[in-house]
Amino acid sequence: MFNSSFDAVIPIVCVVLAALAAMAAEAFRGKGERMPIGLLGLVGLVAAGVSSALLWNRNAASFGVLVADNFGLFVTGILVVVGILTILFSSEVLERDGIPAGEYYALMLFSLSGMIMMAMANDLLVVFVALEIMSIAVYVLTGIRRDKPEATEASFKYFLLGAFSSAFFLYGIAFTFGVAGTTRLDAIGELMAAQAMVDNPLVLLAMGLLMVGFCFKISVVPFHMWTPDAYQGAPAIVTGFMSTGVKAAAFAAFARVFLSAFEPYIADWAPAIWVLAALTMIVGTVVGVAQVNLKRMLAYSSIAHGGYLLVGLLSANEVGKAAILFYLAAYAVTNLAAFGVIAVLGARDQGNDELRDYAGLWHSRPALATLMTVSLLSLGGLPPTAGFIGKWYIFAAAVSAGYYGLAIIGVLTSVISVFFYLRVVVMMFMKDREVAGMPAQVSGLGMAALAVAIAAIFYLGILPTQVLDLAARSISTIF
Amino acid sequence: MPETLQFYLFAALAIGASALVIGQRNPMHSVLLLIASFGALAGLYVLLDAPFVAVAQIIIYAGAIMVLFLFVVMLLNAPQEDAHKDPFALVRQSGLTRVGAVLALLLLLQLSWALLSVSGLAGPVDAGGDAAVVSSVPELGRVLFTDYMFAFEATSVLILVAMVGAVVLAGRRENEE
Amino acid sequence: MELRLLVQLGIIGLAFFMLINASAVLVLAERKIMAAIQQRYGPYLVGPHGMLQPLADILKLLMKEELRPKEADKWLFTLAPVIAVTAAFTAFATVPFGAETTFFGLLDEPVKLGIADVNVGLLVVFAVTSMGVYGIVLAGWASNSKYSLLGGLRSSAQMISYELSYATALASVVLLSGSLSLREIVNAQEGYWFGFIPQWYLFLQPLGFIIYGIAGVAETNRAPFDFPEAEQELVSGYNTEYSSVRFALFPQAEYINMVTMSAVATNLYLGGWHFPFVPVEYGWIAFLAKVGFLLFAYIWIRWTVPRYRYDQLMQFGWKWLLPAAVINLLITAAVFLYFNA
Repeated sequence: MFNSSFDAVIPIVCVVLAALAAMAAEAFRGKGERMPIGLLGLVGLVAAGVSSALLWNRNAASFGVLVADNFGLFVTGILVVVGILTILFSSEVLERDGIPAGEYYALMLFSLSGMIMMAMANDLLVVFVALEIMSIAVYVLTGIRRDKPEATEASFKYFLLGAFSSAFFLYGIAFTFGVAGTTRLDAIGELMAAQAMVDNPLVLLAMGLLMVGFCFKISVVPFHMWTPDAYQGAPAIVTGFMSTGVKAAAFAAFARVFLSAFEPYIADWAPAIWVLAALTMIVGTVVGVAQVNLKRMLAYSSIAHGGYLLVGLLSANEVGKAAILFYLAAYAVTNLAAFGVIAVLGARDQGNDELRDYAGLWHSRPALATLMTVSLLSLGGLPPTAGFIGKWYIFAAAVSAGYYGLAIIGVLTSVISVFFYLRVVVMMFMKDREVAGMPAQVSGLGMAALAVAIAAIFYLGILPTQVLDLAARSISTIF
Repeated sequence: MPETLQFYLFAALAIGASALVIGQRNPMHSVLLLIASFGALAGLYVLLDAPFVAVAQIIIYAGAIMVLFLFVVMLLNAPQEDAHKDPFALVRQSGLTRVGAVLALLLLLQLSWALLSVSGLAGPVDAGGDAAVVSSVPELGRVLFTDYMFAFEATSVLILVAMVGAVVLAGRRENEE
Repeated sequence: MELRLLVQLGIIGLAFFMLINASAVLVLAERKIMAAIQQRYGPYLVGPHGMLQPLADILKLLMKEELRPKEADKWLFTLAPVIAVTAAFTAFATVPFGAETTFFGLLDEPVKLGIADVNVGLLVVFAVTSMGVYGIVLAGWASNSKYSLLGGLRSSAQMISYELSYATALASVVLLSGSLSLREIVNAQEGYWFGFIPQWYLFLQPLGFIIYGIAGVAETNRAPFDFPEAEQELVSGYNTEYSSVRFALFPQAEYINMVTMSAVATNLYLGGWHFPFVPVEYGWIAFLAKVGFLLFAYIWIRWTVPRYRYDQLMQFGWKWLLPAAVINLLITAAVFLYFNA
């Protein structure tokens, strides 16, 4: 089974089949009947996880456009974890908010299949198709609560700007094809290496346009305008999913395109990334300080984290290599845990996501307050959490690659960001609850998912070597 | 030479129609100009010895997608934008749109600089063999189901996602009847 | 060389002439056949047996005043009928209507009967036909009248829906013949099974032919699918506000579309100019006869089958016709693969 040319497709097919099963289940569901549709998704994701584990070290390639190298498989692993945690959080939230389960799970799984495809794609055309599969599903998920006008607004904004950025990306592909005569990344890489010294304005243009497309999806400043609105308007559970999954997948493709295909032109694209990274870290952090809505605040925090990822991409030396993937993993579990808490604390007609809603949470829900604290501290980069190790390696890589300026900006913005993360913690522990009404009871599944996420944060924070090793070995397959 | 002339004719038509699309106050006229632009593109494809692509362009874009556009415009009965009698009013009013206009101009300059300063493409553009064979329908089908097999199949997932999405956003739900 | 060009021009002129007059002939035929079906005489006063009635109609239409509603969109209102009729004429450009012929020995070297021979001819017909919908939609919109608008909306929805079934039915024929050129498709139908059954795709694709026929009627907005007009509900639908020559162009386009549809059906399913015991040289006569029969069937259907309800039309198109066409294509592909593997 694992020797045919279809190998690399297997994880994707597992997820797509799960999505189709979710659709079919919804179609055959009687009126008012309950169905464990989420379970189908879990099965598909576990299958995808197992198959990617079996594909490890095999460097399988399918159709020449999809490569299951260790880099792609590592990101697939992150995405599978993101998917599983999201499904675990979802079951309760869906019922509470009246979100149609079949459609929700189907779209989520389709989106995940697009993300995995993006992580493994070795062809710009496939990257684009995968990007669209992922994005369209997420646009719809953002607006899946039709009873909330702000969700519709968020979805609409995200869609319009996303379509605009896709056009840039497509234009970039067209110019790349014009220069290289192919859309295969390995072939482009060879061609670029052969003529790296030639000053070709078309290559610069192609790289610039592709960069705009990717940066939009990772919400890098100044392409971040949609992020706060989309993150705030979407249901918290969807925000958690898209702030981690979309970012991880887009970043993986970004890294693959720029570190393997356009690597010979690094001298040309590095300054642009430098400026973008600095801007992103600064704007994300400084504007984040002023937010009073927790989702909006975390939106700016995730913008800032995109900046740290860019620093990792820029200083991709021996140290930095591992840091990129490790940071992605750490950020994914941490952010998902934070949004998970917000999601389970919400109510149907009330998001409960303003900062003041968290006053005195420690007194009413001590467990949730503790979990939230841990994930916020990890986002802020305090030891002994995953976020600390991630940032440590990113900045170490930046210093060793000679990007002192970026490292300084990174450390400074991290310190500032701790301020607004701690503000939430202070709210939870030291203030009394001003708003009437108790947050909802949390089910076992949601708590289990949170516990897993927190365990992962501590595991990555205290015993990072294994994952770091794995990350280092997997990223070396692309450059 | 007539071929060059035809190229410039179609190119001018495509660019002119596209520029007029954004200048219209009546959405219906915009849609029609967009169709004209697509038609000109189809003409360019014919000049490139790709009749199949040209016809597909007409059938899919001009014939199917734009009819849906018209359908939506007619259903919404979108009024004319009377507020902006002056097509440049939007640019004059808001600071941010002005920035956008400047950026768009910059992109245009950049594109023309890059395209004009490049001398001959380095990439292998020669697809081997004569154009009529390469762009023939059987050959196109063969390439689609071999080299581009995966992208082709992935596109079917993409279309499915779009359909599910449309149903989710617009369909009737159990609890809303 | 010069002569060839002249002959080619002559063929184009002939096709144009026949298409223009087809509508006149068809109007008369329609009224006569309708009358026969309804057991009355039909037009009888102008000329022998009312034969000159179309001429009188045209004269009447030409003398009418051209009206344009005050709030109508000036440009589009004028453009719409032009689009409709141009698309109708253009669609016929790639439809061949006969094999090589010398016209009873009049010419020294044989010429191909047909205007343009494009290797994606079938798709060109399809593409240009799908442009025709703009004429109707724009007429509906530009008139600025609710009846017209409803007619235009209905027509766009109807034509999009039925285009799919239509194209899927065509795909089966393309699969069998292995070509998108109408001339090659016709030539693939030459010969006989068991020495007497002509190898027409009608016998291989009976379901496909029925689907094509139904979708073709819907595409040309003819009864029982004439919702864009639907005089009982919408006065006259999309052309309510039109008068004089502009009005005349719409039925003109409709009749030309009928001819094109019938000619394509003849080429695709009825063996084109091939007919048992008719030499290919005179095949164009057989071709005309087949097209004539199909046009008769068009009229016949119109006056025997009552109009559907609009939602039934949509249900039928999406839930029955399209799945049937897809299944037909799948079966065709499977059988084709089995016999050619």
